[in-house]
Amino acid sequence: MLRQGRTFLAAALAVCVAGAASADPVEGEELVINGDITLVTRVAPAASVADALPEVLSGWLFRDEATRAMEMDDFDNPAMLAVDVGLELWDTVDGSEGKSCASCHGDISSMKGLRAKLPKMNAAGDDLWSMENFINDCRTNRMGADAWKWSGSEMTAMTGAISLQSRGMPMSVAIDGPAAEWWAKGKEMYYTRTGQLELSCANCHEDNYGNHIRADHLSQGQLSGFPVYRLKNAKLVSIHNRFKGCVRDTRAETYAEGSPEFRALELYVASRGEGLSIEGVGVRP
Amino acid sequence: MKQQMMLGAALVLAALPAMAETPVAEVKYVDGAIAESLTGAPGDAAAGAKVMTNRGQGNCVACHVISAMPDVPFQGNIGPTLDGAADRWTEAELRGIVADAKHTFEGSMMPSFYKTGPYIRQGDGYTGKGFEGTLPPILTAEQVEDVVAYLVTLKE
Ligand code: HEC
Ligand code: HEC
Repeated sequence: MLRQGRTFLAAALAVCVAGAASADPVEGEELVINGDITLVTRVAPAASVADALPEVLSGWLFRDEATRAMEMDDFDNPAMLAVDVGLELWDTVDGSEGKSCASCHGDISSMKGLRAKLPKMNAAGDDLWSMENFINDCRTNRMGADAWKWSGSEMTAMTGAISLQSRGMPMSVAIDGPAAEWWAKGKEMYYTRTGQLELSCANCHEDNYGNHIRADHLSQGQLSGFPVYRLKNAKLVSIHNRFKGCVRDTRAETYAEGSPEFRALELYVASRGEGLSIEGVGVRP
Repeated sequence: MKQQMMLGAALVLAALPAMAETPVAEVKYVDGAIAESLTGAPGDAAAGAKVMTNRGQGNCVACHVISAMPDVPFQGNIGPTLDGAADRWTEAELRGIVADAKHTFEGSMMPSFYKTGPYIRQGDGYTGKGFEGTLPPILTAEQVEDVVAYLVTLKE
């Protein structure tokens, strides 16, 4: 009885401290890019995550003013340099077939909407694919070119350029049909406490968003900004690279980028962000 | 010189009577509390303060505010502030919380510092690589006692 009373006291204190220390996510701020495109950074949760999140929030809302400002103007957004590289690669012939992406797909604007739907089942219907899988499938099977490294600079430049085409479109992944098992697997991973610190994604991004873990201001760990430009790394970072860092920080053995596990997790995390605008491409610390 | 000092320190340690350090598996929790010192001796509060701010060790400030450590930047607020912790908890209860807080707070997010597993996908520190075999606890028995010695000073 006494014990419960104290636990309650501790919990009450935790709430007080959290409330006092930070009012973020920022209130009353809108993410308007180039003074022109207004992105949805707060939205009611989809039915599948309504029990988990009262409101779905972009990571942008948790960043400091300077970082938020960088994302609001493409001239200031350092990711745009990589996007330019991606646009160039789109038109660059590579591989034994003498083709570029543009040879088959025409202008990159044909990719509009894709980012918002990924990951999704492949055409054969036997595997869940991230954007990187689709890109490497074209490279190896249609262009006769080498696969790019999952988080290599060519790949992130290309995923950045393709994501930009979906800027402002609402995230909306399919989680039914053959994707359902992947989603369930990803959900299980999200709530599993891993590593010597025994922390799950939910411990940090569901139970504690808005709070600080040392210097880090925890967001909901949403995917709407990806690939994001991380100021700390001074480059674009892939979704799986971010996952790897988070799992590593629980003192756990990580999964490989591109692994079936991370693709399943990507689908589940994407579903938690349903309705957020694709930022194409975010800026984070 | 440095080597000699280290050798000296090692000799002193070796010379100490084999004090009954309680192995992880033999720790007894009563309502979450651990009555006896894990080393059989009192800890060193100053050393405890260091353990609590070191990222690879306790890293308690990642989640807790400790106003008595104004020089430590970026104290987190995942858990309650530790100010006045010794007014709320006895030494034995604090020892239990540091060793394995899940006995006191069911399902707590607070890591278990004097535990050896089992863990899901246990890694080798912060390398992201797997670790085969039994991991040593995050804190040694002595470090737990040092932290407890610091915590009992936190009175308001
Ligand atoms: C120990 C705490 C912790 C755990 C556990 C954790 N993360 Fe994170 N995560 C962070 C921190 C800190 C950041 C950087 C600040 C932020 O955006 O929340 C971050 C950022 C992210 C981001 C980037 C968000 C953005 O807007 O750029 C994603 C995505 C993410 N995490 C997903 C995950 C997933 C999936 C898991 C589980 C496999 C996980 N995290 C586990 C601490 C954690
Ligand atoms: C990853 C987060 C985290 C870390 C790291 C952490 N704690 Fe905690 N701690 C918590 C949470 C959360 C609680 C509140 C209990 C609960 O609700 O589970 C707590 C509760 C406590 C309490 C009881 C607080 C009170 O005033 O009632 C003490 C004492 C404590 N922690 C000490 C420590 C010490 C000492 C360390 C480092 C050796 C540490 N904690 C590391 C999260 C953490």
